[in-house]
Amino acid sequence: MRYLPKSPAEREQMLAEIGAKSIDDLFSVIPAEYRLNRDLDVPRQQGESEIIDYFKAAGQKNATNFASFLGAGAYRHYRPVIIDSLVQRGEFLTSYTPYQAEITQGTLQAIFEFQTMIAELTGMDVANASMYDGSTGAAEAVMMAVRVTGRHKAVVARTVHPEYREVMATYAKHQGLPSTLVGYDRETGRVDLKALEAEVTEETAAVLVQSPNFFGTIEDIPAIAEIAHKKGALLIVSIAEAVSLGVVRAPVEADIVSMEAQSFGVALSYGGPFCGVIAAKEAYLRQMPGRLVGQTVDHDGNRGFVLTLSTREQHIRREKATSNICTNQALVALMATIFLTVYGKEGIRELAEHNLAKADYAAKTLAEQAGTKLLFNSAPRFHEFVLETAESPALWGPRLLDEKIVGGVELSRWYPELGNATLWCATEVNTREQIDAAAKVLAAGLVEA
Amino acid sequence: MATAETIERKTTGKVRAHQTQNEGLVFEKSSPGKKAYKMPPLDVPAVDASSLLGKSHRDKRAELPELSEIEIIRHFTRLSTWNYAIDLGMYPLGSCTMKYNPRVNEFVARIEGLADAHPYRPESLAQGILDVMDLLQHCLLDITGMEAITLQPAAGAHGEFTGILLVRAWHESQGNARKKVLIPDSAHGTNPATAAICGYAVENLKSNADGGIDLEALERQVDEETAALMLTNPSTIGVFESQIHKIAEILHAKGALLYMDGANMNALVGKVRPGDFGVDVMHLNLHKTFSTPHGGGGPGSGPVACKGFLEPFLPIPVLVKKEDGTKGWNYDRPKSVGRVRAFYGNVGMFIRAMAYILANGPDGLRQTTEDAVLNANYIRRKLEDLYELPYKTASMHEVVFSDKKQAAKGIKTGDIAKRLIDYGFHPYTVSFPLIVHGALMIEPTESESLEELDLFVEAMRSIAKEVEETPELVKSAPHSTRVSRLDEVQAARKPILRWRPSEN
Repeated sequence: MRYLPKSPAEREQMLAEIGAKSIDDLFSVIPAEYRLNRDLDVPRQQGESEIIDYFKAAGQKNATNFASFLGAGAYRHYRPVIIDSLVQRGEFLTSYTPYQAEITQGTLQAIFEFQTMIAELTGMDVANASMYDGSTGAAEAVMMAVRVTGRHKAVVARTVHPEYREVMATYAKHQGLPSTLVGYDRETGRVDLKALEAEVTEETAAVLVQSPNFFGTIEDIPAIAEIAHKKGALLIVSIAEAVSLGVVRAPVEADIVSMEAQSFGVALSYGGPFCGVIAAKEAYLRQMPGRLVGQTVDHDGNRGFVLTLSTREQHIRREKATSNICTNQALVALMATIFLTVYGKEGIRELAEHNLAKADYAAKTLAEQAGTKLLFNSAPRFHEFVLETAESPALWGPRLLDEKIVGGVELSRWYPELGNATLWCATEVNTREQIDAAAKVLAAGLVEA
Repeated sequence: MATAETIERKTTGKVRAHQTQNEGLVFEKSSPGKKAYKMPPLDVPAVDASSLLGKSHRDKRAELPELSEIEIIRHFTRLSTWNYAIDLGMYPLGSCTMKYNPRVNEFVARIEGLADAHPYRPESLAQGILDVMDLLQHCLLDITGMEAITLQPAAGAHGEFTGILLVRAWHESQGNARKKVLIPDSAHGTNPATAAICGYAVENLKSNADGGIDLEALERQVDEETAALMLTNPSTIGVFESQIHKIAEILHAKGALLYMDGANMNALVGKVRPGDFGVDVMHLNLHKTFSTPHGGGGPGSGPVACKGFLEPFLPIPVLVKKEDGTKGWNYDRPKSVGRVRAFYGNVGMFIRAMAYILANGPDGLRQTTEDAVLNANYIRRKLEDLYELPYKTASMHEVVFSDKKQAAKGIKTGDIAKRLIDYGFHPYTVSFPLIVHGALMIEPTESESLEELDLFVEAMRSIAKEVEETPELVKSAPHSTRVSRLDEVQAARKPILRWRPSEN
């Protein structure tokens, strides 16, 4: 086996030194009736070229070269080449969690830079070293608010990503943490502020909203914050599309921000690994879940970095920890850090403006076709929009696929009241040609009908 | 300083000091106007962002750095040289299974059609990736001896959470969710933390004289309110619970379930299957046993495998074969515990783990386990005369010593660990498991050659000698690193968790 660095003679030599007759001696503690006396039912050992062929075939079976207008929590952005050059350096790739600070300063400093960039972008004081993803991050943020406030109820906007809400429900279920849903305004697609005001009480620990929300509309964060804070509840803002922060105002009125950073240079990879992260006001630091890197000095006065405030964590606190999280998404956070360094202060703005322009053109072009109309058009949005079509997506969807285009996501799956509405996303990687081609297919349906 | 250098040159081992570059924070290298990107020309009309977004427009830019591409490459490359890594040498962290991360795994995870697959693409366009996930599920089920599986959990602790939710849902379906989860005092910290977030009280189970489960204590503590025992097997002292079948019997007799933390699965693959020895539900760590990289702390992946009676409770969606022979997702599962993560899990890790299984085949996986156990026993044999072995029970894939002999000279496990850095090794796991006072927990994995093992043994023996002759040298280690003895107290007392632009 090519990964195993031992010759048969070396194995024999080692057994002899241990004083074992055969390798079986070392497994004799396992009761005989449980030992596996057959080969595992897995494919036979393969050469490297065979492995590559297998996965290439799988990739091709997936169908490539489709133009796509999919978003909904997983975003298509260009990934600068140097991201993979750098994260594949063995010193990053094959290093462990930086508990031994003296020989992991590289990882530690990079995480410190990540925490800084996330705090800068979100307008929060501090950010952690990463969470699994945006969905689990949002759930953990709600649990964090429960610890901060000592209250046990959550109010959640229906415009939060439906799968994030499902995850939150799973986490909340066994913690005596009931949550209520607040609907959206049918004109703006934003959370219904009156309904929100009615739901938030002195028992509410947190109000959870997403912005840009699941329909792509940007929520009125200052107004929502006022409603939450009036009753002493914390405001948690979930951000699924991190690139939006290049041009959309940071949710500075929030108490906690839970962000999915996949848009910062992380491959879609059918939904993971992505990169969640929690940022917050400094006052809530000690209730944060996850790892934190802090700056300090060594005994010669050199600047250095360490994992800190670990008395919040499971390996010290066990059942009293702020979370059970251990492994996080460190290498993916490094991808995001490199991405943000490549684009930088000016580039993140320019990139976000390109997204804004593409989506604006796409929304207008698709909505110009007969039988189509934009929903929630009276509120500002980033790069996603909701299109209502007279014709069912079940009819135009396959026609788009024939043209090698994947259209928007059907919303009726989560919002039955929205009928034929679909959620479209246009980013900097979508061309005008693709948008025009999609519009043509949508228009064709009505001509034929 | 001259003295320290002289000492270092004499150090036995595989290392010699060499230069590393100094490097500031990326923000300190920034200057306005530098760029590392170039946007293609916009092929649609430009928009006025501030009029489009109104009050939601961002006026204050985030203080992100501005650098050129070469500076970025140098910045992160320099940082990388400050890290130790498996690629540089043995990484004997017990419980962490720091094995070789094959490069073909990285290559195939980036193949077009896999890396760029959107999670909401139509199932008809996702058959290739679904095939890979289906094959991985099949392999992991045979490896564990289980009957149903979910790949959704993002890491080991997330898998524990999912597994205990399955336990809870099953008990609820039997009419009583029950109140407590038993956890041995040797367990990983994630176990009690997980039980707590699943709404269970944690009850500690004391280990017996061999460091294993005390059957009498177990019998006494298991009752009708016990939901499960969370057991690591082999245990965190690297010992196989030879009474495992009795443990399962005692639990099952009271209607409680046996949860296995699969952190130490690298000792079992191809030799023995948890499903065969009475485990009801368990998680795997693809980033330990199945070679996906740790990446400085993640990402991981924590699939959960279970017996058939727990299958109805698996998180949604579940991968199914449809009538037309294609594969797809089933969301219609009324008994499901719900969703534990958006989309389907850390799919990129599934691809890497599958590549690892293909590279090994059944013979390679078995040989891997045998070599991992052989290596741990070799280290034990070579060090047991100098380091105290608190439990004499046979070791599997890791060996746990204590610092008892060295502590008599005032040297603790943490000091020895730091001195090991000077010899060119990453430290072993320090002070864990908690049942061993001053533990040195060593897991070599199968990836170490006899040469590297001998260098490690030599280093450990040399340090033991230093403890006798020059204890100060050990106590003040490491001497060869860029930074030494960082002030953790100051870091926690006045936390500086981010860089801030200077006031002027």
